[in-house]
Amino acid sequence: MQNVMNPVGGDNFQEKGDKRMRLSLGPHHPSTHGVLQVIVDLEGETVVRCDPVPGYLHRGTEKLAENKYYTQIIPLTDRLDYLSPFNNNLSYTMAVEKLVGIEVPERAQWIRLILSELQRIASHLIWFGTHVMDIGAITPFLWAARDRETIMDIFEMCSGARLTLSYTRIGGLMSDVPPGFNEKVHEFTELFHKALKDYNKVVSKNPIFMSRTQGVGVITAEQAIQYGLTGPSLRGSGVEWDLRKHEPYMYYDQLDFEIPLGSTGDSYDRYLVRMEEMEQSNRIIQQALAKLPSKGPVKADDPKIVLPPKELSMSRAEEMQRHFYQVIHGFPAPVGECYFGLEGPKGELGFYIISDGSPRPYRLKIRAPSYVNLQALPLMTEGRMIADVITCIGTIDIVLGEVDR
Amino acid sequence: MKESLQVVAQKLQEKFGGNILGITEFRDEVTVRVKKTIWFEVHQFLRDDPDCAFNMMIDETAADYPLRDERFDVISHLLSLSKRHRFRVKASTSEKIPSLCPVWKTANWLERETYDMFGIIYEGHPDLRRILMAENWEGFPLRKDYPTEGYDI
Repeated sequence: MQNVMNPVGGDNFQEKGDKRMRLSLGPHHPSTHGVLQVIVDLEGETVVRCDPVPGYLHRGTEKLAENKYYTQIIPLTDRLDYLSPFNNNLSYTMAVEKLVGIEVPERAQWIRLILSELQRIASHLIWFGTHVMDIGAITPFLWAARDRETIMDIFEMCSGARLTLSYTRIGGLMSDVPPGFNEKVHEFTELFHKALKDYNKVVSKNPIFMSRTQGVGVITAEQAIQYGLTGPSLRGSGVEWDLRKHEPYMYYDQLDFEIPLGSTGDSYDRYLVRMEEMEQSNRIIQQALAKLPSKGPVKADDPKIVLPPKELSMSRAEEMQRHFYQVIHGFPAPVGECYFGLEGPKGELGFYIISDGSPRPYRLKIRAPSYVNLQALPLMTEGRMIADVITCIGTIDIVLGEVDR
Repeated sequence: MKESLQVVAQKLQEKFGGNILGITEFRDEVTVRVKKTIWFEVHQFLRDDPDCAFNMMIDETAADYPLRDERFDVISHLLSLSKRHRFRVKASTSEKIPSLCPVWKTANWLERETYDMFGIIYEGHPDLRRILMAENWEGFPLRKDYPTEGYDI
């Protein structure tokens, strides 16, 4: 019982007649963005100690992955950061592709790029809605949910699922995008450009919002690097580091976009960075749509790794045998180890695979940006008011599925 | 190997000599294996040396090889924002390894997680508690001898 009531351990100060109060925020609280428990020690309304307790959603993804074939792990990655499943799929798939050394066709890469940016917008929209709602405004959440809906429709059109996409495959995509995809995405980018202006009009210069976020949760550039922050949390502190620009993967080096940077590293700066990022993602999508080849394969030509086309495996003996063989035995990866990280909506989302030559990874480590970024919560909140804890949880943009894995 | 990483590899050889057990390259990624006795010093050197300048720790984790004498490999991933290069350091240990918290603050939770999952003791860690599993959990889930589907009774 002691452990449950007092998981931080240490002194039981109430016995010592201390003036402090221990408050357990969560694990079921709307502002904690999932099942996160934060134990705060208060003196009056001032936080003197803050201890996040993650782990309520731990499902042992890394352990499960050790017992599955490389292809079977893709659905597990959907359930990490469930607000941006496509980026998880993509990062994992590209890590395996790097390990086995397979080339992905051009059209598949462009589709991946477009969907990845759409997913970034969707993820940022949820962050925007919930963060602003935590602070007290409800309308922007409804607007954000409305625009995210269009993105979900696009994903449903492509993969058949809205949340657990599993749309990538080792060496390409599950299938080509359906007809009407380009038009739908184009329509979205035009609509979203206008919607973003509305968001900015309602929230960005709102005096209540500004006074709740400016100067709150300040992280200096040096601290951000020490704490290993990545993504908008790092750029909000003014450090120019974006994997799309500095370690370009896919075709990001052919596209024209800017990296928004903050200056003071407070919650408001991170807010502005993410808002501008959505605009930049929108620009990327428009450019990528123009460059998307109208025809071409979406799966690599590698019979050892990629499944044969469905119509052939249903009609020809060789292809059917190959299909069964691959599903039952998987494909062996070369002995070695590799790491691949991409710029996810929350930061650097990386997968580290150790292969012993079998069709299952010997060890799969997920470098989850939310987990690393959450560590900065005590830094941001200690010495400040309890109400700022809510702002700070919102501003680091965590998803507990990814923190706990 | 990238030119800047060649310099790093050379500097490490000069500085630590026989304590560097090998430098390998696979898929354009460089891994150095060191003796566990210099685990802390090698990271401090990599952070502070101007040619290495690994100012950011991306990840710290471990892998379990139960048949070996020293069953764990402790692995760290480093990144230099200014030089734009990455590096991986490995050392094997049977149980204990010095903590990297004084070098990078981000090591705190990463080491707590590794302790939680493998039972590796990080010496000098300020707050080595379980983080993802429950406080009173028995066993270390990511060890290879830990079952996925429960024990037989």
